[in-house]
Amino acid sequence: MRFIYYLISGISLGSVYAIIALGYTMVYGIAKMLNFAHGDVIMVGGFAAFTVISTLGLPPALGVLVAIIVCTVLGITIEKIAYRPLRDASSSLAVLITAIGVSYLLQNLALLIFGSSTKSFESVVSISAIKLADGQINITGETIVTIITCIIVMMMLTLFINKTKAGQAMLAVSEDKGAAKLMGINVNGTIALTFAIGSALAAIAGVLLCSAYPTLSPTTGSMPGIKAFVAAVFGGIGSIPGALLGGLLLGIIETLGRAYISSQLSDVIVFGVLIVVLVVKPTGILGKKIQEKV
Amino acid sequence: MKKINISKQGKSNLITYGIILLLSFLLFFIGQSSYQLKGLLVPVCTQIMLAVSLNLTVGILGELSLGHAGFMCIGTFVGASFSIYMEQFIPIAGVRFFLALFIGALSAGIMGFLIGLPVLRLKGDYLAIVTLAFGEIIKNIVNMIYLGYDSKGLHFSMTDTASMGLAEDGVVIIKGPQGVMGTPADSNFGIGVILVLITVFIVLNLIHSRDGRAIMAIRDNEIAAESVGINITKYKLMAFTISAALAGMAGSFYAHNYNNIKASTNNFGYNMSIMILVFVVLGGIGSIRGSVIAATILYMLPEMLRFMSQYRMLVYAIVLIIMMLFTWSPKAQEWKSVQMEKLKVRLKPVIDKFRKKSSDKLTKEGE
Repeated sequence: MRFIYYLISGISLGSVYAIIALGYTMVYGIAKMLNFAHGDVIMVGGFAAFTVISTLGLPPALGVLVAIIVCTVLGITIEKIAYRPLRDASSSLAVLITAIGVSYLLQNLALLIFGSSTKSFESVVSISAIKLADGQINITGETIVTIITCIIVMMMLTLFINKTKAGQAMLAVSEDKGAAKLMGINVNGTIALTFAIGSALAAIAGVLLCSAYPTLSPTTGSMPGIKAFVAAVFGGIGSIPGALLGGLLLGIIETLGRAYISSQLSDVIVFGVLIVVLVVKPTGILGKKIQEKV
Repeated sequence: MKKINISKQGKSNLITYGIILLLSFLLFFIGQSSYQLKGLLVPVCTQIMLAVSLNLTVGILGELSLGHAGFMCIGTFVGASFSIYMEQFIPIAGVRFFLALFIGALSAGIMGFLIGLPVLRLKGDYLAIVTLAFGEIIKNIVNMIYLGYDSKGLHFSMTDTASMGLAEDGVVIIKGPQGVMGTPADSNFGIGVILVLITVFIVLNLIHSRDGRAIMAIRDNEIAAESVGINITKYKLMAFTISAALAGMAGSFYAHNYNNIKASTNNFGYNMSIMILVFVVLGGIGSIRGSVIAATILYMLPEMLRFMSQYRMLVYAIVLIIMMLFTWSPKAQEWKSVQMEKLKVRLKPVIDKFRKKSSDKLTKEGE
């Protein structure tokens, strides 16, 4: 019975990782860059919702909406100011370091505005917990909402990419930027759209994360950001089903490891599994194999 | 008089050593100005060593590593434990410190070799994430180690102090998350400068050797290098191991500056690895000189900005972004070259005049 309980909370944590990893993987697929500031966009989403709900006392639904809008605008702005000028730079490391700079910037801005003390985040979920098997399994409302949100996000994203013109344009740009441009696709606009979607997902993940673990500080986003990055690579970076699979597996491994082996060792286990997977299958579980030519 | 012939490479190397000496003089005088700045002198030497050694992996081998702080962490904890334990056997501080540096480098080098063996066949971002994972694993495991000694020898545990079973006269060396305690304070700025010079000497000599050219050939085109008979695995491992060993030495040196060191995220986690990578990229990928200068300036910058109190890290972040945009964006590069051309045109009359004068002088001397 305990096992099922841990499994469900693992899936819930994994769903959050999966939503964040989707942002990583989409941006990587299209712009071929590791967006190190993605984790901090999660934190910004958390703080935006916190300001609306706790400081201004407005309804939670409005808080979520504001968080999504703020993060979307932020994502587009970051892309336009910091990443776009470096897209054709001679080294791909340049944009990576700029992303790190953006990450420092967001963290320190949050530190200046909200202070370094940890805020307690009011949960946006008002569904009561479900008790199963005579109260041995206690599923919180946050868990249910997180898992359902993850499923909805995945379905909508799959539909968007396969059924709409903008989604097809995204696929085309990630395949070959030059050819896409020749076909009349607005490459800059498509990349901006990808950043917008990724950041909106980060906002959702931020609100869910802060509801499940009700604390908020300027460094809230860094560790989930890194874990989601691991999840994206785990499943095969650039692949959307891979992000879901990687996120869920990572969440389950982390929760089970913490419960049955050692809470201190849970991170070691997560990273250890990642290394084993990558050494056996160097492009992740669902990653495409790229043939190298001379 | 005998004329000394120095090759172009030799000249460039001499300039690098000269820059290091000049920077150390500058740092020495900056260090005299306040107690806080003086405390930064040993860390800044450590940062330079780390940046130069990471440049060997990132710039010369061409592989992105995000776990450099992990190797430093190994060097720090092994070196510090060695010094504490050996205090009773080797009373001469200099010899003990030298051995601690060596052991720190050796242990990190071995770890680098063991990690590199399975991992270096990965490429690009996958290698980056795996090195990041190793760095985090090392940091987390170090936080679980309990080590102590008594009259019977060393005791070790992974759970807590009590389970080590120390005798009453026992001394705890590493106390889990509280870190290593009681490291003798053997480091100073002078030794730091010498170690920086040694690190740079090793890296520069490697680059200009046959092995170094093989490593750079792998960076430029792996398949082409393989087809002319270069052993890819051997040279990749060589660069990675040397880089790790130098980081270990830097870590051991760093440890002997503090009585107590904890392995936290900012100290030895990915934040630290990323900071070193920032030094390397801003200094110029593959440029040893650049790494030295960037590490010095960027490490001292937040301290110099202390008068801005809480805004200093914000300013640091903005400076970092602007510097990256200005040095790497194709548009900025184009703008810079146009400006240089304009400057050349404007300065041409002056230069011509100068040249004419000196050539006149030469012909006169010739007469």
